[in-house]
Amino acid sequence: MRSSLLRFDDWTSPVPYVAREVRSVLPEPGSEALPPLLFVPGLGHGPWAFEEHWLKHTASRGFPAHTVALRKNGNQRAYVHDVVQVAASLPRQAVLVGHGAGALIVARALGRYPARAAVLSAPVLDGWATFGAALRVNPFGTMPAVFGASLRLSRRQLFSAELPAEQADAYRGRLTPAGATAQRELITHPAPPKPVGAPPVLVVGSPDDRVVPRSSLDRTAARYGGAPLLFPGMGHDLMLDVGWREPLDAILDWLTKELAHA
Amino acid sequence: MQDTSDIADRHDAVCVIGAGGSGLATIKNLREQGFAVDCYERETSVGGAWNWRHDRSPMYAGTHLISSRPLTEFPDFPMPDTWPDYPHHAQLLSYLERYAEHFGLGEHIWFGTEVVSVTPVGDGRWDVTTRSTGGGGSSRVQRYSAVVVANGHNWSPKLVVHEGVDGYRGQVIHSSAYKDPAQLRGRKVLVVGGGNTGCDIAVEAAQQATAVWHSTRRGYWYAPKYIFGRPADQVNALAFKLRLPLRLRQWLYRSTVRFTVGDVTRFGLPAPDHRPYESHPIVNSQLVYYAGHGRIVPVPDVARFDTTRVELSDGRSIDPDLVVLATGYLPRFEFLAPELLDQDSDGRPDLHLHAFARRHPTLAVVGLLQADAGLFPLAHWQSVAVAKWLRLHATDPVRAAEVQRKESARPVKSWTRRNVVSSSRHWFEVNHTSYLRTLDDLLTELEPA
Repeated sequence: MRSSLLRFDDWTSPVPYVAREVRSVLPEPGSEALPPLLFVPGLGHGPWAFEEHWLKHTASRGFPAHTVALRKNGNQRAYVHDVVQVAASLPRQAVLVGHGAGALIVARALGRYPARAAVLSAPVLDGWATFGAALRVNPFGTMPAVFGASLRLSRRQLFSAELPAEQADAYRGRLTPAGATAQRELITHPAPPKPVGAPPVLVVGSPDDRVVPRSSLDRTAARYGGAPLLFPGMGHDLMLDVGWREPLDAILDWLTKELAHA
Repeated sequence: MQDTSDIADRHDAVCVIGAGGSGLATIKNLREQGFAVDCYERETSVGGAWNWRHDRSPMYAGTHLISSRPLTEFPDFPMPDTWPDYPHHAQLLSYLERYAEHFGLGEHIWFGTEVVSVTPVGDGRWDVTTRSTGGGGSSRVQRYSAVVVANGHNWSPKLVVHEGVDGYRGQVIHSSAYKDPAQLRGRKVLVVGGGNTGCDIAVEAAQQATAVWHSTRRGYWYAPKYIFGRPADQVNALAFKLRLPLRLRQWLYRSTVRFTVGDVTRFGLPAPDHRPYESHPIVNSQLVYYAGHGRIVPVPDVARFDTTRVELSDGRSIDPDLVVLATGYLPRFEFLAPELLDQDSDGRPDLHLHAFARRHPTLAVVGLLQADAGLFPLAHWQSVAVAKWLRLHATDPVRAAEVQRKESARPVKSWTRRNVVSSSRHWFEVNHTSYLRTLDDLLTELEPA
């Protein structure tokens, strides 16, 4: 196992700075001081995916809500760096919420930053299982990615049938191509580190998610000592699908309970 | 608060002394291991040495980091990557303030409260006597399950008394009293001491004073702050990453210094009397520059003072009107009986990994290190190890005893720097990579079964 104390990569070639795009929605002033949530989008997604519903709803329940864009042409190490930089810039210890490939970034950031708590939503933590599922469901969108082209996700991978097709296609139109390095690293990354500061970790997902198989959700949750919280009927993009409110409310309820425990 | 002989029992709580960088990391990491913490801080704010408002802060206006940002920040709370490679001390203070705020450490700190004495009760617990800083008011005794000392080691000036200094009519100050370049303006200044502070002040004097002498006892390796456009410590870390043997590293160091700085004796500086890596690194790009411009005149040791002149060990005599003694600081633990830390007659504690009291498993010191990198990462991992050790000691005494046995067999040379020049500032010098490797080992042993 690599030492977490000796960080030669950071000491000899620190990740170069880039301007980061952070979007925030804050609760009404004067409300009770709750820890901030930092939402990390997956590949192809940007802050818009959380701005659509989740940020506003999170803030309406009293939690400061932030999201950060992944840098262009980045790799995992750079993404993790950016997430930890933004988390450390918040006034209070943050709750990290990662979606899809963003959950992998969060899982790795947890080895670097003692989060108040963490949520892995439809996490792409074991890349091979996800890759297999993608090949089965969407072979023509997935195969080119093997050769370095951009992964193309289909409507039925991302959303449930209840989401109107125009809306689904509008969301898909906003997806940006991820870099080949970032895509490759979804599969080749080392196992995520043990979280520092032992934060509570929640895994949420959908058994009908066609990107992350159910078995993968179970494995990821077991790694963090729990079982996944499931929202049947939803697609991969829990934050954009019609039922977006349900998983978010469950996350915030769980968080409220965890905060009361401490 | 009335004077009372009642001892308030804080049960399993741990007492932390000092809320500087090391103390803050200790509070945070003890909290993460589930301990209640009472931290006592003599000043009214956090930051310790880095808080220039504090009486005992050694900061001067121009203080910048000597080690670069990635080798100086807490490993779990990076400094903003928008900051320069070598931030200013005011940035360091804001960093520590944000760290305390971010992790909600303030509520565990008793400000304006100094620790008067720490005495063992006998069952591994400690009576800690505190009072308001300055001695006014009554004192109060509380009982803790463990004590972690994080009182810093750069606040008690090491004063050197030269012969004849009493009769000298010029001004003699310790570097701790140097705050602002205005103190040097238009004066003839002698700076004594070849450490990083001495070199910094000599350079500031070169920009302000009418004449500058810089007196050092020995020659040093003056590393530049940048090599090949990269912070020097980041280039140096590469040699450790590749695990190059010491001799090869020394050769590389010599070669790099030869190519970048060149032969310092040409500038009148003495040649180093030791190999690279055998003393605390001096990182200063400007000293040699100003020596080359004749603004700094390197001189040997001070022999004695006259009424108006200072005589040097080579027989020369000079006439400064301000002498700045950059002779360093000494660690002090005035609230602890010397035997608790196994202090020798010179006051040097003998601690396992410079952190764990050998005969008191519930007493530790965090931050008592000098390294070739920033102190915060080392203090962080030290405090993680201390917190995990205290947790294991409380929950599984059998395994704790086993770890202690194993640790006490660890050869001192495996974690300390092997050959360093003998000096009061070098005894707690460590190489940060070997030290972290040792702590890594210890942390693995301390993992709950």
